[in-house]
Amino acid sequence: MIIYLTEIQDIHFFFRLESFKEIYGIIWVFAPILILILGITISVLAIVWLEREISAGIQQRIGPEYTGPFGVLQALADGTKLLFKENLIPSRGDIRLFSIGPSISVISIIISYSVIPFGYNFVLSDLNIGVFLWIAISSIAPIGLLMSGYGSNNKYSFLGGLRAAAQSISYEIPLTLCVLSISLLSNSLSTVDIVDAQSKYGFWGWNLWRQPMGFIVFLISSLAECERLPFDLPEAEEELVAGYQTEYSGIKFGLFYVASYLNLFISSLFVTVLYFGGSNISIPYIFVSDFFEINQTYGVFVTIIGIFITLAKTYLFLFLSIATRWTLPRLRIDQLLNLGWKFLLPISLGNLLLTTSSQLFSL
Amino acid sequence: MSEFAPICIYLVISLLVSLILLGLPFPFASNSSTYPEKLSAYECGFDPFGDARSRFDIRFYLVSILFIIPDPEVTFSFPWAVPPNKIDPFGSWSMMAFLLILTIGSLYEWKRGASDRE
Repeated sequence: MIIYLTEIQDIHFFFRLESFKEIYGIIWVFAPILILILGITISVLAIVWLEREISAGIQQRIGPEYTGPFGVLQALADGTKLLFKENLIPSRGDIRLFSIGPSISVISIIISYSVIPFGYNFVLSDLNIGVFLWIAISSIAPIGLLMSGYGSNNKYSFLGGLRAAAQSISYEIPLTLCVLSISLLSNSLSTVDIVDAQSKYGFWGWNLWRQPMGFIVFLISSLAECERLPFDLPEAEEELVAGYQTEYSGIKFGLFYVASYLNLFISSLFVTVLYFGGSNISIPYIFVSDFFEINQTYGVFVTIIGIFITLAKTYLFLFLSIATRWTLPRLRIDQLLNLGWKFLLPISLGNLLLTTSSQLFSL
Repeated sequence: MSEFAPICIYLVISLLVSLILLGLPFPFASNSSTYPEKLSAYECGFDPFGDARSRFDIRFYLVSILFIIPDPEVTFSFPWAVPPNKIDPFGSWSMMAFLLILTIGSLYEWKRGASDRE
């Protein structure tokens, strides 16, 4: 009897060990994904607040200040309000296209966050084609806008959807050529490798100095991709009411709202990663572990500093795009297309050829 | 292929988040009575006329046609750009010839005014 009892206990022990290992493995797969999505959600709330505060400052008026401390919970309150609003579907619209459009926009942008390195090797998945994945996925979002515009069966929505598609494909080519030049310099399409390639000489190692024209073209194309003023023709409040969003109410409108800020945030993150050194501290020849006398080289402290540096650099471009909104007038559609096809495209192509020449000579 | 596993899981979770947001208002949102004016398309306050999906300006279609030239140019440039030290000058000059041909096509379109508005 003693032998049997011991054997049964051993079996139970090993069984429990295997179960625990399996559960641990599952948790380890899902935890970073959920943390990333939570971080993105909080960042959208922060950016909405940021936009309202900066807009208020530029226009010398009071921004949100009653909901929570400094009004930081205003975006959360607005989102909760949208939950209680009625879901309207236009009587002659296409229900499926109308419903799926906002989802496609949000999903395609959320996936792009998986290749952003927020710290040193602090990335959900270090693909060797990271920037290529982002470019491919960012081509999908306008399909959602076009579906929404068409599915609404509204004249304003339809024009808004057409404009969104035309604008997106026009500015995608200059954007992609600039990314191509960065890949040429870094010998890699991986975002982690691109950040590493800029880490040798502090801020003098940034791709900003080696690609000044590429940086400007990338910045303009990013604004156009995000449909921020002066490139907000797909919405164009004075002309199209709200463009492709005209017929939307409640949470579906909220999804479009979230998608636009997600798009703005990821564009700013990519400017930081491609041109401003990513999470590097960027002070020449000072390394974090030596400076703070930390024996553990890649501990939690270094990761937090990396995240902070990345977000601090990203904030600069968020501020730039928000300030641009209240300082520049909107372009006409012909000016928009001419800028994209006749100005940015030749410049970015010339920049690529210049980069190619310098790479060939340096090899 | 294991490095794409997080991407696939991430895709599923993003899909779930989006669908949850779409489905969440159903128990909360008010469902007051509907009437024809409420569900009709917005048209500056008067009754909508005609179908919104009417014939549209051909220029929007033309922009998509214009897109076809630079898009394969970019697509073929990516595998060429990443390993430059693995391609001899012959490979580089082949890409130059490719870009030259496409640039000539783009200049022709420019000359013909394809990207101009009326």
